[in-house]
Amino acid sequence: MALNDDYLDYPLRRHGYDHERYAWSLLSERPTVTWPEGKTLAVWINISLQFYPLNQRGKPFKVPNGMTMPYPDLRHFSLRDYGNRVGIYRVLKALAAHNITPTFAINAQLAEQTPYLVQRLKEHGGEFIAHGWNMDHLHYGGQPIEEEAELIKRSVETLRRVTDQPVRGWLSPAKHQSFNTPDLLAENGIEYCADWVNDDMPYACTTRTGRLSMMPLATEIEDQFVMSQNLHSEDAWVSQVKDAFDFLLEESREQGGRLFALNLHPWLVGQPHRIACLEEVLAHISGHPEAWQAPAGEILDAFHAATEQV
Amino acid sequence: MKESLGVYDYWAYDQRPKIEWPGGAKVAFWVAPNIEYYELDPPQNPSRSPWPHPHPSVPGYSIRDYGNRVGHQRQMALLEKYGIRGSVSLSVALCEHHPEIIQMCKERDWEFFSHGIYNTRYTYGLSEAQERAMIRDSMETIHRHTGQACAGYLAPALSHSERTLDLFAEVGEELFGDQGGLYTCDLFHDDQPTPVSVRSGKRFISMPYSLEMNDTIVYAVNKVEPRQYATMLKRHFDRLYLEGADSGTVMCIPTHNYQVSCPHRIKAFEEALAYITGHPDVWVATGREIADYYMAHYYDAALDSIAAQAATTGKQG
Repeated sequence: MALNDDYLDYPLRRHGYDHERYAWSLLSERPTVTWPEGKTLAVWINISLQFYPLNQRGKPFKVPNGMTMPYPDLRHFSLRDYGNRVGIYRVLKALAAHNITPTFAINAQLAEQTPYLVQRLKEHGGEFIAHGWNMDHLHYGGQPIEEEAELIKRSVETLRRVTDQPVRGWLSPAKHQSFNTPDLLAENGIEYCADWVNDDMPYACTTRTGRLSMMPLATEIEDQFVMSQNLHSEDAWVSQVKDAFDFLLEESREQGGRLFALNLHPWLVGQPHRIACLEEVLAHISGHPEAWQAPAGEILDAFHAATEQV
Repeated sequence: MKESLGVYDYWAYDQRPKIEWPGGAKVAFWVAPNIEYYELDPPQNPSRSPWPHPHPSVPGYSIRDYGNRVGHQRQMALLEKYGIRGSVSLSVALCEHHPEIIQMCKERDWEFFSHGIYNTRYTYGLSEAQERAMIRDSMETIHRHTGQACAGYLAPALSHSERTLDLFAEVGEELFGDQGGLYTCDLFHDDQPTPVSVRSGKRFISMPYSLEMNDTIVYAVNKVEPRQYATMLKRHFDRLYLEGADSGTVMCIPTHNYQVSCPHRIKAFEEALAYITGHPDVWVATGREIADYYMAHYYDAALDSIAAQAATTGKQG
């Protein structure tokens, strides 16, 4: 049985993309951007704080790093919880030692259930961005829009209430979306989304209600991607992060502003045998006079200020 | 279904006429950047799902988009620095979606060969007429946008039928005579070009392309560390260079801009390119140039050698 001939129809084979979310452009062809104080490389250190439910539904798929054993999977549940009880405090010390102002992406349910943690994060200083409800409430194609709308509203409102911050940014659990997600984010006053890892600079996204910016939070140098998914060594992770930073710094000198975004997970990098690797990475990053370290929202503001003058 | 592919004969590596590449080179070296377009919401194929998750699969789509928005120019700059013209394995819909990339490659006299329409449309389940139409569309699109007669084929997402090589050779002949449809990159049985029999009898070869050195296989399937990839590339080259003095070999690095051009990987790639092109007896070429040279100088000798080996051993194919 052959396929229907319409398998070879390509209605969206046209200039630009096969969707309308954002415009096609080559990074190197865009007007150059300089960050505040004449810096060329903006540095966004993102700390993802996550709750992985024991009774994981896995709908529509099991999230990476979630439960894998028959219920009750005590080992993965508690190992992920480690990050919120122990690992984060080690990570905060490392950040403070290098004067880094991080961005905290936190599951709203976790923020609501751990007021002490939220208080400590606020005292440390940094920007909170929404990270969905928990790691088992995914956003996905085919999800009823009412269900997703309620999930986003609940997540954003809860986080705004418990942090007393505006909460301008969003990172979907597992960076997964439905076709409606950007529209729903904009409708909830979210200004930027970190899910689309297709650029080394911010760029504009179209929604049915107005402007949403994309702030690409690189996946491929994340601690969990390199060490948990690819099973590379800690030392290999350090090399990769340093190489990425050095390359982007060099490119930013030659071609104009770039964004270096590093996403970290205290349940992984906050382990005693890994924390020194994070410290090594942070020392490398914070030592450069051309780098500008700031929370994601400030980086976006600086981007808009720079590009709207152009 | 066939038990064996049956498009090339058994032909032992240690019993072949020596290939000497132009300038007395031991290794013909080519780089094949895959410039691909994956659709956000492609139709389902009964044999293979285009994405591992319900659409939109934002993680997979967006990193591939990174390759086109950001990575392409990084790799192009690097290849230029080391005097390498890319042989592009092209999702030809990219000619419509991102003609700016095609233009930059044209300006650098790069080769384009067909990698199907989209990397999210598979060969599985196509009738012969449908597959022929898809291949023809891909070759005509390349010709329309670049003026090139497409010489090579790597089936989209390495999805094949039993007729794929026959159809590519036939459509190439129909459109461009002996200038089109010359080589396939879909076979991994050798470190030298080898004749491949197609049903029309056209002179047709397999061009070594290498899955083992393919950055996506290395990084996404085998989960290799970037600096180890550089080591692998150098070792692979060292051995082909050594043996090439007696046999004449081909080394290909198949790349993807969403893999090798990422900031944490590009240095390792550059290290390998600098190493390989720093050797004197390397012919840096394109797929088509290697195919043309082989066809002109070694194809007939290869057929004779294969026949002689078969006669000696009494075994066919």
